[in-house]
Amino acid sequence: MSEARPEAGLFVTCLVDLFRPSVGFAAVALLEQAGCAVTVPRNQTCCGQPAYNGGDRTNAKAIAKQVIEAFESFDYVVAPSGSCAGMIAKHYPQLFADDPAMAARARDLAGRTHELISFLVDIRDMRGLGVKFDATATYHDSCSGLRELNVKAQPRALIEQIEGLRLVELPGAELCCGFGGAFCVKYPEISNRMAANKTRDIAGTGADLVLAGDLGCLMNIAGKLAREGSSIRVRHIAEVLAGTADQPAIGEGPR
Amino acid sequence: MEPTSRKFNANVRVALANDALQSALGKIESGFVVNRANAAARLPEFDALRDQARDIKDHTLDNLDFYLEAFESRVHESGGHVHWASSAADARRAILDICRSVDAKIVTKGKSMIAEEIGLNEYLEKNNIEPVETDLGEYIIQLRKEPPSHIIAPAIHLVKEQVEDAFRSAHEGMFDPGRSLEEPRALLEEARAVLRQRFLDADVGITGANFLIAATGSTVIVTNEGNGDLTQTLPTIHIVVASLEKVVPTLEDASTILRVLARSATGQEYSSYTTFSNGPRRNGDPDGPEQFHVVLLDNGRSDLLGGPVRDVLRCIRCGACMNHCPVYGAVGGHSYGWVYPGPIGAVLTPSFLGLDEGRHLPNASTFCGRCESVCPVRIPLLSLMRHYREQSFEEKISPPAERTGLGVWAFFARHPALYRFTTGLAMRALAWAGRKQGRFSTLPFAGGWTAHRDLPAPQGDTFQRQWSARGGRQR
Repeated sequence: MSEARPEAGLFVTCLVDLFRPSVGFAAVALLEQAGCAVTVPRNQTCCGQPAYNGGDRTNAKAIAKQVIEAFESFDYVVAPSGSCAGMIAKHYPQLFADDPAMAARARDLAGRTHELISFLVDIRDMRGLGVKFDATATYHDSCSGLRELNVKAQPRALIEQIEGLRLVELPGAELCCGFGGAFCVKYPEISNRMAANKTRDIAGTGADLVLAGDLGCLMNIAGKLAREGSSIRVRHIAEVLAGTADQPAIGEGPR
Repeated sequence: MEPTSRKFNANVRVALANDALQSALGKIESGFVVNRANAAARLPEFDALRDQARDIKDHTLDNLDFYLEAFESRVHESGGHVHWASSAADARRAILDICRSVDAKIVTKGKSMIAEEIGLNEYLEKNNIEPVETDLGEYIIQLRKEPPSHIIAPAIHLVKEQVEDAFRSAHEGMFDPGRSLEEPRALLEEARAVLRQRFLDADVGITGANFLIAATGSTVIVTNEGNGDLTQTLPTIHIVVASLEKVVPTLEDASTILRVLARSATGQEYSSYTTFSNGPRRNGDPDGPEQFHVVLLDNGRSDLLGGPVRDVLRCIRCGACMNHCPVYGAVGGHSYGWVYPGPIGAVLTPSFLGLDEGRHLPNASTFCGRCESVCPVRIPLLSLMRHYREQSFEEKISPPAERTGLGVWAFFARHPALYRFTTGLAMRALAWAGRKQGRFSTLPFAGGWTAHRDLPAPQGDTFQRQWSARGGRQR
């Protein structure tokens, strides 16, 4: 890249911040590899989806405003999650439909916000990775990334570049895993059935590794696989792409 | 029907424990879903047609009074009658009066969700008129005395062995007890043999309508079995019961929507029969009813016009949203507790019955968005469900524990420094507690999660604290 390095603000996402910081560091490494200078604003907590989807519009708007202010003036805002990136890119402008000034700021942020993997491929044109990882992997398409942001081909394009990794397509890859944010604790029996359908399909592929781009889905899938006594490992795709997948997988004890 | 939507969680537990139901539901992905995808892929202009279908419905809803009055005039001109029914009771009464005018004993019925919505069968029975469902799926569930579980495949919750049991007991004495009903074909032929005579015996035939055409006064039914045609042509009287939003301006508009309807529903390009009815039998017509009545049901729909969920009235009842819904696929239609299941039911039920009855339905969704991605008239189902979540929250209908939890979380989320401090402590404690297994099989206050799956433990310090410690760029 000959031009000045673009400034990328990392929206860490609450789940990565709290449960799996290694995904955040993998995202930073990938963004730097893609030629970006990465900044992590301190005043970020969550994108506000729990409030937004829980019917609490007042808090959803307050949290959205906080994110808009924290991420003003970056060239790009990138999140290692299709769900959070979708919230910012597709729903923030709607939240402020009755407030033209905030709506304009929300639209401005929305236009600069991307899901990590699609950002690397579509915007930064990332191709070669120079990474090696021995595994037979399958990939779950998280709902928001897939349907709100068209994240489908990009992760597969990068997975193909990983030496030693064989991708087996997951039947029903586009079917929800049953996480759904608060849904999984508000309607646990339904969520459980959906998760069990997902782990059944995963086991059917013969893969020893499940990858996806959203930690919520991954924790749900990993938790269900562990409860079933499965040895299939679960990781965020960023960790594998960044070559930092040497720590224990999600829900796995120390090695 | 008596709604049980408020007992959604109890309904769900029954459904999840019902092996026959689970087996039946397992066929939806390989059937309806695959067929729709193939049908859509074969028609390059499919998505453009969805836009057109949406626009036609929007335009009609914006001018609903005009088109309904035009429809009424055309029906009169062709010798038929229109009965305006503002409530379910009005519609039932209008239908009963027509039946009584010819002293009807037997009424055949084509498939109609509006008849379900107004509880017609029960009402006719109470008034000593025998309703006979002639759609195979409807016939099966009528024998089993249960409501439909799907808007286009009413008996989709059953496996064929259950249908065989229903036929053996209902048709006792009519057929050889040693007959084989192993093959679906045998079941179909037996139902046909029974229903043939009922078609001939009926005094009145009642059908629904997929479309009412304002320009011509036509009513349109879309079927695959031909039973609707026999229902509406053989008896002396044909009654169409339909809701207001079924009207479209012209035949051309109906044709456009027909191109997305069957493809979205069953994956067919067209259903086997698409039948247009115009008034009663005219001089010289070889067949047809002597009287033609249209009962137009409002039942709360006009109140939705101009309101926040108005777009739900675009629905053409194809069933694609429920076919593609993973929640419907897990719990089946009866769990939803009223006439309309799946994502469309999650909007219609609170719209018609209120949130006290229906609040669970818009909440019991992961918002995966698959319903919206296939809706042929592009109803923003997630936004409409979210609207009812907001109303539940504002009116304090959602459970207090849920609102309190959300409030506590939001307080921290709105105070980043406090959030960083508190989560930093909490995650280090959790990581320490989970350091051996890397996950928890039980955890206080996380029972909703850990009842069915382990909770992965945090890695240790939060990302934010580690980033600060490393001197990463901040702002």
